[in-house]
This record gives sequence, structure tokens and C-alpha cells, in this order.
Amino acid sequence: MFKLKLFKEKKQQHLSRAELGILVFENTSEVIAAQKVLLANDWEIRVMGPPPEIQSGCDLVIEFPLIQELNILRLLEKAGIPPIETVPVTSPLLQPVDLFQIKDFGEFLMIRAANMKITVKKNTRLIVNVSGGGCPDVPYLASMLVGKTMAQAPNPLDIGHTLCGYALGLAFKEMQKKCSQW
Amino acid sequence: MLAVVGTIPDPDFPLTIGKVDMVENRLRIDGKHVPVNRGTPALLGAMVNTLKVLGTKDIIGFIAGDIGIGDGSRKLYQYLVENNSQIDFHAIVFHYLQPDVDWHNRILFMLNDLGKKPVLIADAGFMYAAKMSGQAQSYDLFTPDVGELSFLADETAPHPFYTRGFILHDDNKVPDLISRAYLHGNAAKNLLVKGATDYIADKDGIIFSVDKPIVEAMEAMGGTGDTITGIVTALAGTGIPISKAAKIAAKVNRVAGFNAKPTPATQVCEIISHIPQALEKVLKEYNV
Repeated sequence: MFKLKLFKEKKQQHLSRAELGILVFENTSEVIAAQKVLLANDWEIRVMGPPPEIQSGCDLVIEFPLIQELNILRLLEKAGIPPIETVPVTSPLLQPVDLFQIKDFGEFLMIRAANMKITVKKNTRLIVNVSGGGCPDVPYLASMLVGKTMAQAPNPLDIGHTLCGYALGLAFKEMQKKCSQW
Repeated sequence: MLAVVGTIPDPDFPLTIGKVDMVENRLRIDGKHVPVNRGTPALLGAMVNTLKVLGTKDIIGFIAGDIGIGDGSRKLYQYLVENNSQIDFHAIVFHYLQPDVDWHNRILFMLNDLGKKPVLIADAGFMYAAKMSGQAQSYDLFTPDVGELSFLADETAPHPFYTRGFILHDDNKVPDLISRAYLHGNAAKNLLVKGATDYIADKDGIIFSVDKPIVEAMEAMGGTGDTITGIVTALAGTGIPISKAAKIAAKVNRVAGFNAKPTPATQVCEIISHIPQALEKVLKEYNV
């Protein structure tokens, strides 16, 4: 219901190249299957030839609204056809952030991935704060995570929608790793 | 009058336009009550408390519910474009909104056509769209944190999530990132960079830096960047020049944070309540 409404609104507008991403698949059959799933779920996508910078995958790619990368990857993974690579149209060689900054406050540990930070109380593993980011799912994710332990909290990768949600998901995953080492 | 355009994390919150005030530590807009928490409500709470000291200027909120789907943001964009005759403000800040270059451009064209252009401030998602549009210089102020500054400094990144590692790396000093953001035309006329040291800069370089009092825990707290943006918007809306307003805002946010004696677990509403007292102190200190 939500998605259908979104689709209708999105149909009215035109996304600039900077707002588009490319999904790269192993073979054409996967492209066709993914196209079917995405169209059935009302996503505005386009099948096209890959840009020259893309060295992997088959000779077709799917163009999609980049900001919704997390939503789209979740759908394709659920359908069993995850892409082998996801890149921005304007700079296909860019990779998602994989650099984490870690700050130890003694009693608390903070991890930053790109523009997103998550802070946990070490002895209880309670998420005490989520900060950074600029997309509207950040305050929503914060409200879902803060006050819960790492074990109780929903994974941002499961409930987020935007690239900020994705970055928080990566910080969350890194925090899970750290917690398992304590 | 000052305007705030932003979202709150409630999918059922309708498009709401109205005067914003605070009643018993909750925001009130058009009869609807919103808790003061990170995001646009924190920005609004900081503005309300700043204006308690500066005097009467109304804040008009353009608010909609959005949890990242973008539906509420698009309702706001559409409303603004279709109701441009209502836009008569001293300052307007765009905040937690789904980045969307097409809608951003329509809003900016609308603002450029106004007889009297307000002071334009962008933060969070709308700042991302402003950078992607290539029209960052149309804004009077961006208020990035260090992670977002890295994104502004990376001319290829379409979102902070894709900021290249060599730019994002800790070894990069903030002044270099500021220069790089201006070099590629991806910064507003002024920048207020929020971090361990706050920097106020323009195309010629750093104008001020504010690093005291040191309140390390604020880095971990959600909403402390929103409060600084709220304070500077309120100050700039009263006619204080942007760079001076940014310097005062950076200091006030720190003093309010210091007085709240926070830990990394403190919530931002505790800092907001200390803003009036901090502002009075800083205005005296700076002879404003």
C-alpha cells in the first residue's frame, strides 16, 4: 500500500543521473528475474547496457533510484537474486563506505560508518545513542534502536530505507563484531 | 518570521504548517504535539529556546511524517512550490528531508524568484540534494558534521555512503576538506562544520574556530548537530551576519552541552533546556 503510493508519486518526477544506481548481475537470466520482481513491487527501474567502467557481470544492468538501495537490495535478497555489485551511475567505481572510525569513551564505545554513528554502553551492550545522518529514516531508526540492547534491537539493514540507514546498518554490524569480542 | 522545513519519524503525521512553540517540553504545531528528540524536533526545540532570549520572532514549521520512504518529504516539496506566495521569511532552514535533486531544484528556482530572498540554510538530507544539484553556492550556510564535510569534499560522491575512503580517512584535516569542498563548488557561501572543533569558513578559508568548552560526549549524542543548526538559524533570522551567528551558535551549543554535564547516553532534550542560559552568557561574552 505504502509502496504503491510511493510509485505513483515517483512516476511524476525525473531523477537526475546523480540519483541513480546500477545493479550488476552474473547473467541475463538474473537481470530478467530481478526486473520482474522490482516491477511487480512498483519500483521505477530501467534495464540498460553497462557503462564501460563495469568490468564484472553480464551485458545488461538495472538502473534504480540510488537513495533506496537498501530497500531494493532487501527485496532482491528475499527473492534469492541479489546483485553481485551495486554502484552509483555517475561514478561506477565508487564503493560503499568500508572504513569505520571507533571511539572509546571508557564506559561507552562509538562506531562511525560514513555519516552515521552508533554508541553502546559496554557492560550492558545497551544502545544509548544514534547520531549523524540526514535522511528521514535516521530519527526513525534511532527511535527503534536507542534503549534496546544490541541483541534486542532490530537490525537497521532490515528496517531502514535509505543510504543513511544502510550506513547505520554497517556501523551496527561492526558493533556486533566488537560486542562478540568482549 | 523564520521557517523550518523538515520531517518527523511518524508515518501517520500529516502535512502540517503552522506556528511552532513549546508546551511543557513538547513542541506544538497547529495543535499537534511532538516530543523533542533528535532530528527536526531537536532543531525546532533549539530555535524556540534561542528565541526566548532574542525576542519575539515566530517560527513557522512546514512538517510532515517520513520514515525514509520519501512520501512526507515530497508532500512538503510540492506544498512549498505550489504555495510560494506564503514564503516571506527572514530565514528558512531545510533539514531532514529525502534527498531529491529534481524537487530541490524546483524549490530553489521558486526561492530565487522571490522579491526578497530569505537567508537560506541547509542541513542533513536537503544539504545532500543541494550538493548533488551543483548549486550549493546558492545557499548562505551549510552545517555539516565531519562525515558530511567529507561528502561535500568528495566531488564524485552522490551520498555520504559513497564517500571515498582516502577522503573519509581520519588523517584528513578539516581545513583541507573545507578547501576541497569549495574547490569543487560543493559548499555554501558559509560553512559551519560541527565537530571536536567547530569551524566557520567561507571560500577564503577558516574565519573562526570554536573548541571550548570541550564536551567530548556530545559527539556520540544524537541531535547535537540539529541543535546547533537551530541556534544559528534563529540568530541569523534576527539579522546577525551569518559568520558571527555561526560563531555564537557553536559556542552556545558547547556551553549548553557543558552545563548539561552529559555522558554519551544523554539525550538531546537535556541540552536544549540549557540553551537560554548559555545564550545569555555567550552574548555577554561576545558583547552582542
